[in-house]
Amino acid sequence: MDLKYLFEPKTMAVIGVSSANDRHPANVIFAKNNNRYPVEVFAVNPKGGKLHDEEIYPRVADIPKKIDLAVIATRAELVPDVMADCIKAGVKSGIVISGGFTEGGRKDLQDRMVSMAKEASFPFIGPNCLGVYVPFKVDTFFLPIERMIKPEPGGVTFVSQSGGILVDHIIKFKEQGVGMAKAISIGNKALIKEKELLAYLVRDPATKVIAYYIEGFDEGEGRDFVLAADRSPKPVIIMKSGKTPAGNRAVSSHTASLAGDYASFSAAIAQHNILEAANESELVSFCEVLSSYTKPIEGKIGIITGSGGHGAMTVDACSLNGIKVPELSVELKAEIKKNLTENIQAIAALGNPADLTGSSIDEDFVACAKAMSASTEIDCVIVLLLPYIPGLTLDIGVKLSSVSKQFNKPFIAYVPQVEKYNMLIEGFELNGIPVAPSIEGAVLMAKALVRKKSC
Amino acid sequence: MLKKEIREIIEKSKKWGWVLEPDAQKIFSLSGLKTPKYAVATEAGQAISMARSIGYPVVAKIVSPAIVHKSDVKGVVVGIKDDQVLTQTLERFSKLEGFAGMLIAEMVQGAELIIGAKNDFQFGPMILIGMGGIGVEIYKDVSLRMAPLKARDADNMINGLKAKRLLTGYRGAEPINLDALKKTLLNFSRLMMDLKDVTESIDLNPVMCNAKSCIVVDARIMLKK
Repeated sequence: MDLKYLFEPKTMAVIGVSSANDRHPANVIFAKNNNRYPVEVFAVNPKGGKLHDEEIYPRVADIPKKIDLAVIATRAELVPDVMADCIKAGVKSGIVISGGFTEGGRKDLQDRMVSMAKEASFPFIGPNCLGVYVPFKVDTFFLPIERMIKPEPGGVTFVSQSGGILVDHIIKFKEQGVGMAKAISIGNKALIKEKELLAYLVRDPATKVIAYYIEGFDEGEGRDFVLAADRSPKPVIIMKSGKTPAGNRAVSSHTASLAGDYASFSAAIAQHNILEAANESELVSFCEVLSSYTKPIEGKIGIITGSGGHGAMTVDACSLNGIKVPELSVELKAEIKKNLTENIQAIAALGNPADLTGSSIDEDFVACAKAMSASTEIDCVIVLLLPYIPGLTLDIGVKLSSVSKQFNKPFIAYVPQVEKYNMLIEGFELNGIPVAPSIEGAVLMAKALVRKKSC
Repeated sequence: MLKKEIREIIEKSKKWGWVLEPDAQKIFSLSGLKTPKYAVATEAGQAISMARSIGYPVVAKIVSPAIVHKSDVKGVVVGIKDDQVLTQTLERFSKLEGFAGMLIAEMVQGAELIIGAKNDFQFGPMILIGMGGIGVEIYKDVSLRMAPLKARDADNMINGLKAKRLLTGYRGAEPINLDALKKTLLNFSRLMMDLKDVTESIDLNPVMCNAKSCIVVDARIMLKK
């Protein structure tokens, strides 16, 4: 099965468009792709007729071109026959938006689709999903274009069982400046599941980080997935819901009671080098840092700050997360001090954290970052950047980014997130240094680098 | 591959839904796990000679397909020091439902651990190790991994226990044989993989670990329905 056509269709049929209702999901999908994406789109409805100026074809087979992707948004009971038509007409892939299958008591309909698709090697996503969003390529979300928040193009692909969670995270990624390669809503995941997408995404050049929102796996599928993810050269992140058991099931053994569903889930993914994000902010932080840095670290954090309190809070957060903030050697401290501006040499508190004080200027941050980066005592630098310190300029991001690149050491910045500081934040982000909106977020980013195996 | 003897025990146990303890001990011996010296008696003379040959003190346990939870019917007596208590115990056991014999085993000392396996719906066979004793469900100090375990997994599981220091000579106590514990985990993981199609869960509880070895003192193998 070739999944390529799901993500890069040149031709697309939207089946189930209404000639009367422009807010019908199929119409929304038709309109946005027709107007804004490099896809040739055809409307299909058995009743035929016109959609504004465009022709509505009664069947896929009537379309004069070969179709790469059929987006099916008809009533559930019609979908199996529509899919059979698509297969017969040589359509290369499908997305079933419609709901009303296993989740609505019609497992029979879903089973029919799966068995015909398997027989014909016809890849389809869904049913009961939003489908795919690929920047500049295709968008099958039935959300009106004016209501969507679009992320920057980038390295993160997020696969979600829930369409709502997916859209929410697109917003969060956008907010945090995390670029996305693809957003994929898999709904009931009847045929194409987490594992099939993993196999595709591992080979997808646009995808650098593969993130999942998972409610649960079917019987035995968790095992297959984690074994495959362990072999992935790209980092895999999972955010899980449904961690608390729905009821008290009778358990026959101590082991079954101690190793509940979620405990087993969590243990199995950690064992196979999958990063578990405990919540949304971890997910976004992990995605951001792992799309910036691929090299894992041991976790010897150097902290540079303009405020002693921020430094102390960062040390606490590191310790809570089991990350080392090593004492600096006398030599390294002397090296840092030597290069500070004269004014700061006298007042800076040069341990780890290195507190350069509110009187510091860009050059003090750069000098300290250089000395830490050049040393083997530190393998990752967290910079606590307070834009209200008078001596700091808007160029601090680009200056520190060049130090990070020169020494090939990951830098992570904390900058308070308000609109006023956006240009400063972008100075970091657009030059490849991830910025966290909180101290804890910065530390979580470092943690993601520590836990990731070498890729 | 399952040994023929193990397959036969499983076949015969299916009608009960679980494996009687002497049979479970037999499976463990065949799988490279250490068990205490034990024997099963049905009448007094036999019991006495077995207990003497194992050496007092001994523990006695009811063997009955009708009794999964032995302690609920006071079906476990530890620290039996002489023939008299032994025969009294046998007499009482023989009146319990489904009496099929009395298992007599040597008393084993050591740190109490629980090792277990379950067949998880999503991930298949999972292996657990935890600090044992009555607090096991309170402290929940356990490590969990998907089977089959690699040597590195076994190390990580043991190191992942919060109470690991209790095993390595805390406050002058004799450290347990960590190699033996690791070997026990790996052999047990192999056994669970072999039994995964027929087994729901296995509790080895307790496993007694001391400076010499790790011994499976009590076990319950629950079969799939």
